[in-house]
Amino acid sequence: MIGMCSVLAITNTVENSLGMSAAVIAVLLLSNIVISTIRKFIPSKIRIPIFIVVIATFVTMVQMFMNAYAQSLYQSLGIFIPLIVVNCLILARAESFASKNGVFLSAMDGLAMGLGYTVAVVALGAVREILGSGSFLGMNLFGENFQAAAVFVSPAGAFILLGILIGIFNVTIKSKATN
Amino acid sequence: MEMSLFAIMVSTILVNNYVFARFLGICPFLGVSNKMETATGMGFAVTFVTTLASIITYIIQNTILNTLGLQYLQTIVFILVIASLVQFVELALKKISPGLYSAMGVFLPLITTNCMVLGVAILNIQEGFTLLQTTVNAVGASLGFFLALILISALREKMDIADIPEALAGFPITLIAAGLMSIAFTGFAGLV
Repeated sequence: MIGMCSVLAITNTVENSLGMSAAVIAVLLLSNIVISTIRKFIPSKIRIPIFIVVIATFVTMVQMFMNAYAQSLYQSLGIFIPLIVVNCLILARAESFASKNGVFLSAMDGLAMGLGYTVAVVALGAVREILGSGSFLGMNLFGENFQAAAVFVSPAGAFILLGILIGIFNVTIKSKATN
Repeated sequence: MEMSLFAIMVSTILVNNYVFARFLGICPFLGVSNKMETATGMGFAVTFVTTLASIITYIIQNTILNTLGLQYLQTIVFILVIASLVQFVELALKKISPGLYSAMGVFLPLITTNCMVLGVAILNIQEGFTLLQTTVNAVGASLGFFLALILISALREKMDIADIPEALAGFPITLIAAGLMSIAFTGFAGLV
């Protein structure tokens, strides 16, 4: 239940979800590699500021890269690219995994966590785009006369849909556990 | 862009509430909203830090980053300012006002990763606000956050004793309630 802000904000279309996931994977992977490389030189008292600086550096790089090569994506994600810095997911992995494990394992961990994030974000993005604008990756699915439920693209729809998805998730886990 | 201070205030508290319309500060909004008392403490702490951080980052942006052409360092500098500010406020409060410290001390470390503080600081710069507008916007944003936090925590205290489908108990029902609240807040659109 962490890293919620960006999940809710950028899942209005599949394209934004994919773009955000790519940025998160890049930052997570690179910061995990760097932090695990220098973990023996970091004094434990000031480790959190050091982690944040490393993460912020990579976020800035991703931001400049997107600005140069994916201008439209850069504009639609807007403020949420610099806000990857405060995505608790990345700091949590740095603190609980990369600062204790070797470079290779940390890279794998970053990749795996990033892919997990991608699956969740893209799923939510797909449902919101299909219900809210009747399209998938910008392609119209249901023809001209389809009346899309615009509420799902709005913030309110994001909250409600995420609540329902977690509810469904809980039910499936429970029925698996009882079987 | 000339916007009256009052319009900024009303707009950030009600119309463009940072929690419901811009998705900033969701983590503490969901994390510490189970009790009215903790919500109030968090609300005060956030108001204090957001306002201070906005003013300081505004000054740094305009005196150091802009004059030296270092705008690309914005993210790094801002997050460092916020992190050290939080630490500083914690130390200062401990020394000056132990009563206030015990009321909001535990929430202070959490604020560094509250994306609203960084978000408001960056948005102030993007909107091209003056120092006065920045201050008003920061206060409005935090009051809006405070309002959202109080509303949802009051609701959650009631929901604790309500009969909720098991799968939806806890986070899911809170999210759904937040969604309904967000719809209610769209009623304020057009006010400014």
